[in-house]
Amino acid sequence: MSKLKIRVDQDKCQGHARCKSLAPELFELDEYGNAHEVGDGTVPAGLEDKAWLAQTNCPEIAIEVTEE
Amino acid sequence: MSDSPSASYLPEHPPVTDWVHDFDHTDPVWTDDPFPIWETLRAASPVVHTERFLGCYMPTTYQAVKEIAYDTEHFSSRRVIVRDVRPEISARAPPITSDPPEHKPAKQVLLPPFTPDAMKRLEPRVRAICNELIDAFIADGHCDAAARYTKHIPVRAIAHMLGIPEKDGDLFIKWIHQILELGIKDENEMMSGVREMTGYFMAHLEQRKLEPGDDLISQLLRAKGPGGQPLTDEHVLGSLRLLLIAGIDTTWSALGSSLWHLAKTPADRERLVAEPALIPTAIEEFLRAYSPVTMAREVMKETTISGCPVKAGNMVLLSFPAANRDPAMFPDADKVVIDRKENRHAAFGLGIHRCVGSNLARMEMQVAIEEWLKRIPDFRLDPAGKVTWSEGTVRGPRQLPVLFGKNA
Repeated sequence: MSKLKIRVDQDKCQGHARCKSLAPELFELDEYGNAHEVGDGTVPAGLEDKAWLAQTNCPEIAIEVTEE
Repeated sequence: MSDSPSASYLPEHPPVTDWVHDFDHTDPVWTDDPFPIWETLRAASPVVHTERFLGCYMPTTYQAVKEIAYDTEHFSSRRVIVRDVRPEISARAPPITSDPPEHKPAKQVLLPPFTPDAMKRLEPRVRAICNELIDAFIADGHCDAAARYTKHIPVRAIAHMLGIPEKDGDLFIKWIHQILELGIKDENEMMSGVREMTGYFMAHLEQRKLEPGDDLISQLLRAKGPGGQPLTDEHVLGSLRLLLIAGIDTTWSALGSSLWHLAKTPADRERLVAEPALIPTAIEEFLRAYSPVTMAREVMKETTISGCPVKAGNMVLLSFPAANRDPAMFPDADKVVIDRKENRHAAFGLGIHRCVGSNLARMEMQVAIEEWLKRIPDFRLDPAGKVTWSEGTVRGPRQLPVLFGKNA
């Protein structure tokens, strides 16, 4: 399987926090509750489904998932 | 409700016969079952209009709702409730009634106390509140779940956060009824609710200035505005007004609708009892299918939404609930699928006005459903009782008679 990378678009994120709830290993929240990808956004093997789940549940379509 | 005690002194709206050109979200038919009406409106146009409420549009598709929610240039939040009248704007409630550029600093002050981590700290108290409430009726084998359970959880949780007596909850519920329901048609009711609430909070503000604590009122008094200066009393009062109005009957409604669904759907109830790990996913689906909150905007400049011309001076009924039933966005939009995997629902809004209390609401719903199902796994609607729904801007059951235990 190819490697996935995630990125939260800071202009779009409104802090719904769905990603953090669905994939806590991949996202973290700042003091205002807005989301950021953990580290450089590389999705560890085995967490690919969670990355897609977060992406498809973000109401603002703020999460980009790219295949490397 | 046409049979509610308050209806007798409200000015009557003529019954609706042509929903597409004359819609009215306070009509008893809408209150009772809005879903087929939204389907009719959506089939007619992405944006419909009524001459009622001094002129009001309603976007009927997810796409049209989203376009308006993201467009703060043409659509103002200075009025967020569609009413019969447009009184002078006096009681602001920042940030919900704020537009850019004032919106962002007003919202940032409120965000840190409502993060998921902050809600985790509140969770044990909410769990205790739920169990105290259940203790009071579980032996009876029946209860009105709206009046005895779902109503009190958000009130007590907010009171706890604000550091005010949980027993004052009945006062809050009265003001909210005056502002959100009676206030649609009766300006005096609305103003009286706002006045009493302001007086109540002013007293708490003065007291916190003398004896600051860790509660949310004290935190707001310590917070700094964009220029580094403290927030004005008027700003703090406005935000407290917002937390109370927005934080109570909304979650009361969402919780009530969830229990109503589970009471009449044994398969879903049994599955959640057997698989409690599915509860958070199911709650997202309840939030989508039974979204409680409809917001409003005021058109400031003429524009086009989903190809439909929209003219200044009209209000907009911004129905996130209708957006969440749009089949173009959600397959099987009219079915409640408790394990729905893709769910970009807009129950908490879209864009900069995303509900500041969404993490609180989700935590309250999860805890309240978990505790109810643990202690009352088997329950059903009482066939001898009547489920009634709130009128207007926030939709949820106000009477929810259920049977359980020896009556299940």
